[in-house]
Formats: sequence, C-alpha cells, structure tokens
Amino acid sequence: MSSNLFGSLPTFPHGVHPDEYKELACHRRIERMPFVEVYTLPLSQHLGAPSKPVVKEGQKVRRGELIAEPGGFVSVGLHSPVDGVVHAIDLFDHPNGQVLPAIQIRTDRFSTQQLTIQPGTPPEEMTTPEFIKAVQWSGMVGMGGAAFPAHVKFSIPEGKTCKYLMINGCECEPFLTCDHRVMVEYARDLVDGTRILAHFLKPEKVYIAIESNKPDAISILKEKTAEMDFPMEVIALEVKYPQGAEKMMISAILGTEVPSGKLPLDVGVLVSNVGTAVAMSQYFRQGLPLVERVVTVSGTAVKRPSNLLVPIGTPMRDVVDYCGGITVPSPRILLGGPMMGMVQKNLDVPVVKGTSGILALTEREVRDLDTYSCIRCGRCLDACPLFLNPARMGLLARKGLWEELEENNIMDCFECASCSFVCPSGIPLVQSFRVGKAMIRERKSKK
Amino acid sequence: MISEFIIGVGILVLLGLFFAVVIAVAYKKLRVYEDPRIDQVEEMLPHANCGACGQPGCRAFAEKVVGNELLPSKCTVSAPDAIARIAEYLGVDAGSEEKRIARVLCAGGKNEAHNLADYRGTLRTCRGESVVNGGPKACNWGCLGLGDCEAACDFDALHMNEDGLPVVIPDLCVACGDCVEACPKGLIELMPESQKLIVQCKSRLEGDLALSKCSVACTACGRCVADGAPGLIEIVNNLAVVNYELNNLASAEATRRCPTDAIIWLEGAQFKEKQVGTLPLGKVERTHFEEDLENRYWQ
Repeated sequence: MSSNLFGSLPTFPHGVHPDEYKELACHRRIERMPFVEVYTLPLSQHLGAPSKPVVKEGQKVRRGELIAEPGGFVSVGLHSPVDGVVHAIDLFDHPNGQVLPAIQIRTDRFSTQQLTIQPGTPPEEMTTPEFIKAVQWSGMVGMGGAAFPAHVKFSIPEGKTCKYLMINGCECEPFLTCDHRVMVEYARDLVDGTRILAHFLKPEKVYIAIESNKPDAISILKEKTAEMDFPMEVIALEVKYPQGAEKMMISAILGTEVPSGKLPLDVGVLVSNVGTAVAMSQYFRQGLPLVERVVTVSGTAVKRPSNLLVPIGTPMRDVVDYCGGITVPSPRILLGGPMMGMVQKNLDVPVVKGTSGILALTEREVRDLDTYSCIRCGRCLDACPLFLNPARMGLLARKGLWEELEENNIMDCFECASCSFVCPSGIPLVQSFRVGKAMIRERKSKK
Repeated sequence: MISEFIIGVGILVLLGLFFAVVIAVAYKKLRVYEDPRIDQVEEMLPHANCGACGQPGCRAFAEKVVGNELLPSKCTVSAPDAIARIAEYLGVDAGSEEKRIARVLCAGGKNEAHNLADYRGTLRTCRGESVVNGGPKACNWGCLGLGDCEAACDFDALHMNEDGLPVVIPDLCVACGDCVEACPKGLIELMPESQKLIVQCKSRLEGDLALSKCSVACTACGRCVADGAPGLIEIVNNLAVVNYELNNLASAEATRRCPTDAIIWLEGAQFKEKQVGTLPLGKVERTHFEEDLENRYWQ
C-alpha cells in the first residue's frame, strides 16, 4: 500500500482532479428502459474476432437466445435482448464510426419478454475449462468500456498465478454513475459474482476498490462482504483521475508497478469491473446472458439524467428520448466519460456491450481552446500517470516522426487525457497520440 | 636558444612525416573500391530522394543501377531524356516503365457527400478527424477533404479543389506514394496511366442506402457489369471492381449507363480545379429575369 503518512487514502502518483458532475445522476435509481421496436446487435462489440451469426433472416428468437457464436478464442457469443424476429443481417452503423455487420431484430409486440431460460450447472460443480467456456458463450466482456472478452482475462496462462483479485468500482470518469448505482443496488449480486470468480481464480485476497466519493457503496459493500466466507476487503481510494485504470489501481493498492508492455497478471493481479462481477452472478444464478447493461445518461444538455438498464442493441436515440430528450440545439454527444469517451456524430447507433455512458454536453462545457505554443511548463509531465513525456510526444506526433514517437513509449499511453486536461496552451496532445498510435499500428501491419 | 627552436620544429616535422606515412599506407591498404560511375549516375538523378523506385534514396538507386540490378527507367521522377543519358553513360538498356499516377478513389466532395456533424477539435487534419468517430462524414469510406495528401506531396502535383477533393496533376505526379501513405482512409492508389476505367468509390453500402450518404456513390446496380466486356467488371462487397488483367478490353462503354458517375473513363486529370455546374443543395439557379431585376434595383 502506498504512503499513508498523513492518514490520506491510498492512491497512485500523478493524475488530475477534474470536476465530478456526478451529482447529476448518482442518486437516480436504476430504471429499466422499456422495450423498443428494433434492436441492432453489431457482431463485433468486443475486442477480437467478430461473432458468427447462427440465425437466419426471418427466424424467430427468444429473449436470451444465442444468435451468434464466438468466432475464435478471443471472441464471445451474442444473445437476443428481446423476443422477436431477425429482420436483417447486414451492414449497420457502429458506435465506433464504422459501418460493420450486425444482426437487426424486430421486437414481437405481443410478447411479455419473460425470460424463459434456466441457469445451467452451478459454478461450484464446474471445472475451470467448463467455466471458461460458459463465460465465453454467455457473451461476457469487460464492462468498463474496452469490452475485452472476460473469459480471455480469466484463463490464466501456465506458470502465472492470480494472487490478488481486484474488483474495480472506482469509476473515476466525471459524470458516469452506472458502476456506483450497480454497487449500491446489486451489492449482493456483486459479492456473489466476486465469490464465483474467486472460486476459479483462487486468489489469496480479494479487493473491492472504490473511490471515496461513493460512501454509500463502500458501506453497503463492507456490510455484504463481512457475511462472506472468503477474505474480501473493501478499499476506499483517493478521488483522483485516472484511479480506475487497472495499472493505476494496482499501484494504489499494492504499490507495485506493472512493467511496460506487461499485463497485470504478470505481477499476480487480475482486475475486473464491478459490472462484470454482477453479470457473472446473474448468468450463473439466473441464467441471464449478457443482454442488458446499466448505462448512465447524463450531461447538462439532458433533460432527465438517469441510470438505465438498457437492452444491448437499443438505438441511442431511443435511450436519449426516454430521458426526456436533449434541451439544447447542438449538443456534443459522448460515448463513455468526458475524459476518454468518443464523440458521436450519429445517434442512430446502438448501445453496445462497452457503452458505459451517453453524455450530452452543452457548448459551455466543450468550448474549444485556442492552441498556443508549448511553454515548457511541465504540467503534463506532472499529470501523466505513466511518467511519460507528453510534451515531447506531442511535438514528435505533430512532426510525423513516428519511429521516434515509438521510442518515447507512446504505445504505453492509454489515452487517459490527463495531459490535455492540464495543458494551459490547449495543445491537442491526446488527439495527436491517437493519430500517432494509429499511424504506428498501420505501418507495423504493412511490414 | 636556437637549438631548442630547431628541436621543436624537428619533432613536429618528424611527427608529420610519420602520420603522413600512416595515412599513405592506410589509403592503399584499407581502401574500399567504389565505382566512380555511382557518383556520376547520382549526379544525373533528380536528387528527390522520394522513394518512388522502392529504394531508400537516390544514392541507393544509383548503386543498384550501376550494379545492373535495376534499370534506369525505374526512376519515375527523371525526365525521359535524363534516363536515356544515364542508360547511354552506363551502356545499358534504359528499360521501359509505364508511367503511374496517383488516382483518388472517392468523388464525394463537399457538394456530393454530406457531413453528419462538424469537427470542432483543434487537430484539423484528415488523420486527426479520422480518429474521432471515423470523421464527420456520413460515408464511412469517403474523402475527408482536409488535404493530408496535399501536405505530403513533395512535387506540388496534388491540390485540393473547392469541392474538397484532391486533384492530381498527371504531368507532375511521379508516383512516389507519399499521398497513398498519408490518406487515413486509403483512398489513393497508384495506377498505370493505361488504366482508364476507374471506380471512384469505396463505399460498401448498396442502393438507396449508399445514395443517402453520397450522391456519387456506387450503388452496386450492376449496369457497368452488363455493359462492359464479359468478366471485366464484377460487383464485390456492393462495389464495382475492375479486373485490370483484362484492361485491354476496357472501354468507355461500361460507364455510359452509370446512374451516379461512380465509374468513369478517364482522360487526363480526375477532378476539376474549379467546381463548375454543381450548386450547393437547396439553392436554385437564378433566372435571367431575376438577375435583371436585381441589377435594376441596385442601379
């Protein structure tokens, strides 16, 4: 554990303190979003190979039925979120801006949408390979935003052990409150899902890490974990961005640094999001595959900020309309948080497994800064949680010196945008890093 | 006093002689032979170091040419007479290389393809826009029109026109491939000059859906497939693809019935420098009567 000299909470070095804006939605209970007419389910909602459809156009599907199978090991299954008919399997707009293959399902208007599936074998009676396969076919991905297939993370390679299991409830991004509400309202499922994970990963200790701005979640989880037969510790961490990045969290809790280019598992840690743990419990106890997720709809331009339980594939326009619509004529729509989230040009895209929030911001919050020259103040160096040199990297990226950029470890950067946040000259640092990383990847794939 | 002076000078002279001998021996023994013709050939090359020949620079190309590994005509930047001079100097065949030109595979400029949103960030380049949700254009594949290719061109052969499309000047283009690498959407390809049948679209959408994003998109209607020589054109992934192995069968016939002019028969440059004939959407051309009225009113 890092320094606790003045009774301060554990945290990592560097980082920034953006305004939180969590009060907009953090006290709103999770509501179930009503079913809509059409659902679009892209076949690649996760990192890795796209899923392969197993249904045909015109086929009837039930809620929770498998509609696409994993297309490889780093791939997961996909399930229908509603009772309905497969309308089309074609190219549709994807929230990442591309046009990708997806399955479109038209809802059966007369269905009660009652879940008819039953849970399979209890996880306690499963072997580890069976468990991994079950997780893969349940469509489980990391719910933090990157949507990395959960089973790949849980299959620990030969020679490595998981010493600590960390459940990530930091939610350091401003505006987002979905993990907060999940922790408060699904505390029992969360602890149960963590217990299932601990059963297979066999860690020495389980940490549930929460930023200290969520006292209700901390107290309720402390209460629930005390009843468990497994050592679980709920840790309050300092409120700082990017506390929820897994490498930062490990540094805060254990004081160890994950080496460059390595995974947390190389230092014996496995980090999983709270949403994933809840989804685990719901799948193994109730048989519900990943067909819905909690999404925060917030921002100053949204009439009624809410936390919604949204079926995967719901068009974003419907989600925003359900929240009372948008109050200003030209809002900026963001998917995910304001620091790392992606601007959206098109609201006719579906909610996918990695969508943690939909934010609509007004002109006042997103005003463009004028760009001035770098004044070498070094604030970005003090902000970068990975001890990189953003000022230099920004310069190299603008000059197009890709090889030098790679030598400056740009590939370690996870685009937390702390450097852009503190830059007094308004230099588009993280934007140019994205360009640089795309460029380096493109050049590598050509060779 | 004088003798000290003589000793000093003497030591320096001896040292000088010693090193002169060392250098003379080293020059003879350690010398690496280099063909003097390499320098001559390099002098005759354009010194552009553009990489169009596939070599890291003009010097490397000169070495390969002198070593008979490449023919002088591989240098597409040099004028034909410069190539002939090099060939004559080395006494080799100049070889013949068909001129290649950078072709833009998108015709959806500002007036043809609309934007869904405005990019308001500070990184106003095609690359910068393309990492933000794939760029503001409704078409996922289309040209973003901010001129990364123009900035990459060292030969002043590529300019953005008013419509936001890159115009390649065939006479100046040396096919170095810098613009190909600069384009984040991969819309520029180097094509031999003889390939005149070109599909100016990369959209994988079909029919009305493609048209809803861009008025000059390939709608995969298949008319060009029917009109062209058998096997010349086929529709792959909702896009007409020309089989250039059958290029000698190609004719302008295939482009006649194309409803969107996505497939064209190209003579010279691709787009116009100045946009003529197209008006921004929603505006109607004024009649003579209206113009007349306005003129009178202002007089």
